[in-house]
Order: sequence, then C-alpha cells, then structure tokens
Amino acid sequence: MANVLVCIKRVPGSSGQVLLTGDSMSIDARHVGHTLSPHEECAIEAAVQIAGDTGGAATVLTLGPEGALEQLREALAVGVSSAVHLVTADGGSGDSGDAHGPADVAAAIADVARRREAAGEGFDLILLGNDAADTGDFQVGVRLAYLLARPVVTGARTVAVDGSGPAAVATVIGDGPAGTEEFQLPLPAVVTVKEGEITPRYPSIPGRLKAKKAPVEVIEAPAPVQGTARRALVLPPEHPSTVQILGTDKDTGAAAAAVVDVLHTIGVVTR
Amino acid sequence: MSTSATTVLVLVEAEPEEMSTLSLEALTFARALAEPAGATVHALVVGDLPANGAGELSSHGAQVVHQVSDPRLAAYSAAAWASCVVDAIGAQSPAVVLAPASPRGNEVIAHVAARLDLRMAANVTEVISAQVQDASTGDAALVVRRQVMGGAVLEELDLVGSPALFTMAGHAVEHTTVESPAPAQVIATAPISLSAADLVAAVRRTVPVASSGTDLTRARVVVGGGRGVGGADQFDELIALAGRLGGALGVSRVVTSLGWRPHHEQVGQTGSRITPDVYLACGISGAIQHWAGCSSAKTIIAVNTDPEAPMVTKANYAVVGDLHQVVPAISSELDARHH
Ligand SMILES: Cc1cc2nc3c(=O)[nH]c(=O)nc-3n(C[C@H](O)[C@H](O)[C@H](O)COP(=O)(O)OP(=O)(O)OC[C@H]3O[C@@H](n4cnc5c(N)ncnc54)[C@H](O)[C@@H]3O)c2cc1C
Ligand SMILES: Nc1ncnc2c1ncn2[C@@H]1O[C@H](COP(=O)(O)O)[C@@H](O)[C@H]1O
Repeated sequence: MANVLVCIKRVPGSSGQVLLTGDSMSIDARHVGHTLSPHEECAIEAAVQIAGDTGGAATVLTLGPEGALEQLREALAVGVSSAVHLVTADGGSGDSGDAHGPADVAAAIADVARRREAAGEGFDLILLGNDAADTGDFQVGVRLAYLLARPVVTGARTVAVDGSGPAAVATVIGDGPAGTEEFQLPLPAVVTVKEGEITPRYPSIPGRLKAKKAPVEVIEAPAPVQGTARRALVLPPEHPSTVQILGTDKDTGAAAAAVVDVLHTIGVVTR
Repeated sequence: MSTSATTVLVLVEAEPEEMSTLSLEALTFARALAEPAGATVHALVVGDLPANGAGELSSHGAQVVHQVSDPRLAAYSAAAWASCVVDAIGAQSPAVVLAPASPRGNEVIAHVAARLDLRMAANVTEVISAQVQDASTGDAALVVRRQVMGGAVLEELDLVGSPALFTMAGHAVEHTTVESPAPAQVIATAPISLSAADLVAAVRRTVPVASSGTDLTRARVVVGGGRGVGGADQFDELIALAGRLGGALGVSRVVTSLGWRPHHEQVGQTGSRITPDVYLACGISGAIQHWAGCSSAKTIIAVNTDPEAPMVTKANYAVVGDLHQVVPAISSELDARHH
C-alpha cells in the first residue's frame, strides 16, 4: 500500500505571443490562462496508477495562488483522492506569481511531508515533474529529497512500486546518455518524472464531479526565505519576419525545385 | 590541495569517443568568464576520459583536469558525482562552478546546491555582470541571464554564493579552441566524502537503445511533421524524404500525444533540442514550446497551408501549401536531379 504525493505547479499557458506584466517581473497570463507541465501530468498519472496498483492513495500538492485550485481539481478529476494547497499571496496575473524560489518550495513541501509522517500518514513516494514549465529550475525534487534525507532519481520515464512495507522498492526507468537506465530505490523516495512513456488519462464526468467534492487542505504558504533573486524578465528580441516564400502548391514543381536549390546552397545535398 | 588564484570549475561529461559537445561549450564559456578575472579554468571529470579527452579539454581552455576514479563510481549516481564536486569545491574553493545543462549536469548541480545550501541557476545563456572575487575574500556575485518558458523568455537574476552554481544552456555559445594551448595538468584523485548513501540511487543496468537510423539530436537534416500531417499512417512521405537526405524525422507534441509517432521523435521544450543545418518543418504551427527545440537549426524551411503560422513567419524559407503535395514533389525533384 503506497501513499503517494504528487507536486504540481500552476504555470501560464502559452499558445501565442508571451506577454510580460508592466513591471517585467512576471508573465502576463490574463489572456492565455494556466496549465501544468506535461511532465507533471505524467507524474499525476503515475501517482494514480501506483496508488491503484498497491491499494494506497494519491495526494496532490501545490504551492501557488488561490487560482491554483483549478490545477488541483484537474488532478482530483483523474483519480487523485485529496489535495493540499499552500496558498500564496498573488496579484493574479503572474507566472508562479510570487517570490518563492525552488528552495522555498522544497522546504514548504518537506514541512507538509514531515507533518503527515508525524501523524502516521507519511508519503512512501513523492513524485514531481522533472522541471517546471515556466521557471525550469530543475531542482525542487532534488532539494526536497535532501531535506527529507531520501534517495532521488530525476527524469523518470516510468515509475512502479513493488513489494510492501520495509521491502517496498520503486523501479524507475529513465534515459541516460548511453541508453535506457534502470534504478531501484528503497522507499520512501523522491522521483521526478518526464513526459514520454506515461499516457495521462482524460477526466471522466463522474471524475470531475468527484473532484468538486474532494477534500482540499488549505494552508497559508510559509514566507519565502531564499526567494527567486529575479531582477527582471526580458523577451528575446523579436526579429521581423524575413521569410522568403519559395512557392505555393499551385505550382508544386517550381516550389520543390526552389527548395532543392536551397538544400544545395546549404550543402546538405550535393549533386 | 589549495590554489591561491581563483578558479572556475567545470563539470564535464565524457562520451565513449570524445567529450560531449555541451561540455566543450561550457568550457568555452568558463574561459570567457575566467580570463578577465585572471582566474584559472579547471575541469572535473568523474570516471574515465576518452583517448583524446585530456587533449580536447586542454584545447578548449582547461588548465587543470581533475579526474576522479573509484570502482564505486562505475555505475552513474547523481549523488556520488555530487560528492566528487563537493570534494573539489572543498579543495579548490572555486568562485564559480558550472556544468552543461544536460540531464546529468542539471541533476548533479542540483544535488550540489542542495548539499551546500546554495542557489543554482539552470540554463544560463549569459553572464551580464561578473564579480568573480577571490575565494578567500568573499563570494562571487554574478548577474546571469537564463532561459525560462522553454527559452521563450529570459530571466535576469542575481546569483550570489560561494561558489556561484549554474548550468549552461546548450548552444548559447559555440565552442572554440584556444590558440596553442598548453597541455592541461591531469590530476588523478580519489573521492573523499563518497558514502554508501550516495550509491543508493545508482544505475542498476543500462540497456543500449537500438538506434534506428540517424540520431535526432545530431542529425544534419531534420524533416518535421505536425498535426498537419493528418494521421499515423500519413508519415511515409516525410520518412522517405528524411531518409533521402540522410536525416531524421522530428515531430510536434500533438503528434506524440495522439500516438501517431513515438515520443523520442518529439522536438521541443519537453522533447529533444535539435541543431541541424536544415529543419524542414511540415504541418507544424510553430508554438513557442516547439520553437524551444528547433530554434538552433541553422536554416528553417516551413511547409504549411497557413502563411500566417509562426513557423512560416519565423522561418528562413517557406512553401505555402499542402505538405502531401509539396513533400513528394521535393523527393521527386531530388531524384530527377540525381539522374
Ligand atoms: C509546457 C508545455 C510544453 C510543451 N512541449 C512541447 C514540445 O516539446 N514540442 C511540441 O511540439 N509542442 C509542445 N507543446 C505543445 C505546443 O504548445 C503545441 O500545442 C504543439 O506544438 C502544436 O503542434 P502542431 O504544430 O503539430 O499542431 P497545430 O498547432 O495544430 O498546427 C498544425 C499546423 O499544420 C498546418 N497544416 C494543416 N494541414 C496542413 C497540410 N495539409 N499541409 C501543410 N500544413 C498543414 C496548420 O496550418 C497548422 O499551422 C507544449 C505545450 C506546453 C504547455
Ligand atoms: N510551486 C510549486 N508547487 C508544487 N510543486 C512545485 C512547485 N514548483 C515546482 N514544483 C514541482 O517541482 C518540479 C520541478 O520544478 P523546478 O525545480 O522549479 O523546475 C515541478 O515540475 C513540480 O512538480
């Protein structure tokens, strides 16, 4: 029976042009809405599967503004049974929208994990995304593992839990420079997940209804200590379009000839 | 061993035949940072060096190479590598420690940051202002710029700490060699602080991936396919053209999410970053997360029915039209010219 915690982050969506807030300190998400990293969607799916396979439970956690309840509900709709919301103060438009840096987020998650453990409801496995879709710090999971003195593997393509009690282990498969790598971690452990092999399920209608009633523990987020050290966000210079149209499918032959000319000029095809 | 001069320490990664490209880029970057400060560039490698590894490191600016060997380091463990970096920090007191922003580089530097309770900046592209102070007199204080949102946005931040820890975004600089380099001094060392706990999360086994054709991340030509391809059974023309050009197929996330193609072919923020000479992007709109993976292509040719698609407006060249007409026509044109 594995008790799994999955940590997710509300991030700005970004279908079109990215806009910054007036003070250049955050991404203006008013028009693009919010989402999760695909890595975290896979982590949620892994948590739900492991909880199901072992007869345990999956809990989702986020540290973020009030609006992050929307992302918690998404996880609750696909089979996570309860949620923890560490609420931050936020203007409502930013990326993570507040001043918590990766060390602060890890510390806040560690506090929750310790409290649950003291109550006899410790998490056997904590799953996170490999990197957050907005800040991409690549470190919350590793910092959390050190705070809890647990082993950690990052970038898992799949995670499974075998055995129970003190003999329980997590088998993790990931991609290394020389091929597929396998790890086996004694529980409790921390694993960060990458998109690739896990297919997240879609929420069902009963799932969505259940999510509305699922328990959400709301806690005020601890104040940041280390912070983000952000000075400003800047957009890379927009280069005016200099595209040269080589042709259209009205005259496919001419267009194809022009493409092949370019390939010759670049030197990727030689006569 | 302690050095009086300030050092910049670079964690480098060895491949079987050579040092990784990103490692050479990180060394090139470290050199530019060290020179004005009169600092020395040290490289740290865990495990074996390829035959000409020391030569490659010297020619890219490493003055000293620390090579850590121990049977316990045979299987990769991020915690074990981190303990080697922490040992080197203890011995050299470098002002700056950096690594390539590869999966290993990001992972190991995150471990080092957690152990030493330091800040870490991932995917740095530039150091805007550097005070590489002598380790005995105080902390390094850098202002760095790094990629966030998959590179669509840059963040400027203060990187204070001793040492300053960061990873270098791939292809932010081109790697260059130094003129008439002196061979680096190679110092073989044993790990000092490596403990049993560092080996708990070590790789148990590695299964080499059967390489199917050209590796996407190294291909000189990538033919891309997106939702516009239309279905799992519609990729033959693209695959044929990629094969014809000695290149690889790359796809968008919509394509992998729909199960049309496997995820290892995905280009973008949550897929691979490609650096080909030419990227022929067909039926891909060019969302920023896709762009994150293909913006380092030297030349981009878009094939798209929509002349306003970002992939088209940001490309060097474009054909406006149905890819199922244009792609086979390119293949036949190549055949025709070959006769
Ligand atoms: C955090 C995050 C991470 C992401 N990571 C990635 C990633 O790694 N990689 C990635 O690709 N996406 C990623 N995405 C998704 C991304 O935002 C887009 O949804 C995706 O790239 C769109 O794929 P597409 O261009 O194939 O599809 P669409 O946007 O639907 O575009 C299809 C294009 O095909 C054209 N078209 C249609 N028919 C034809 C035809 N017959 N001939 C020629 N052209 C035609 C259309 O004009 C259109 O431009 C990520 C999203 C998020 C939020
Ligand atoms: N504010 C947050 N709340 C909960 N989990 C988070 C938060 N920020 C980051 N994480 C988790 O940590 C992972 C790595 O984030 P990062 O180290 O910031 O790239 C993310 O994919 C999330 O799973």
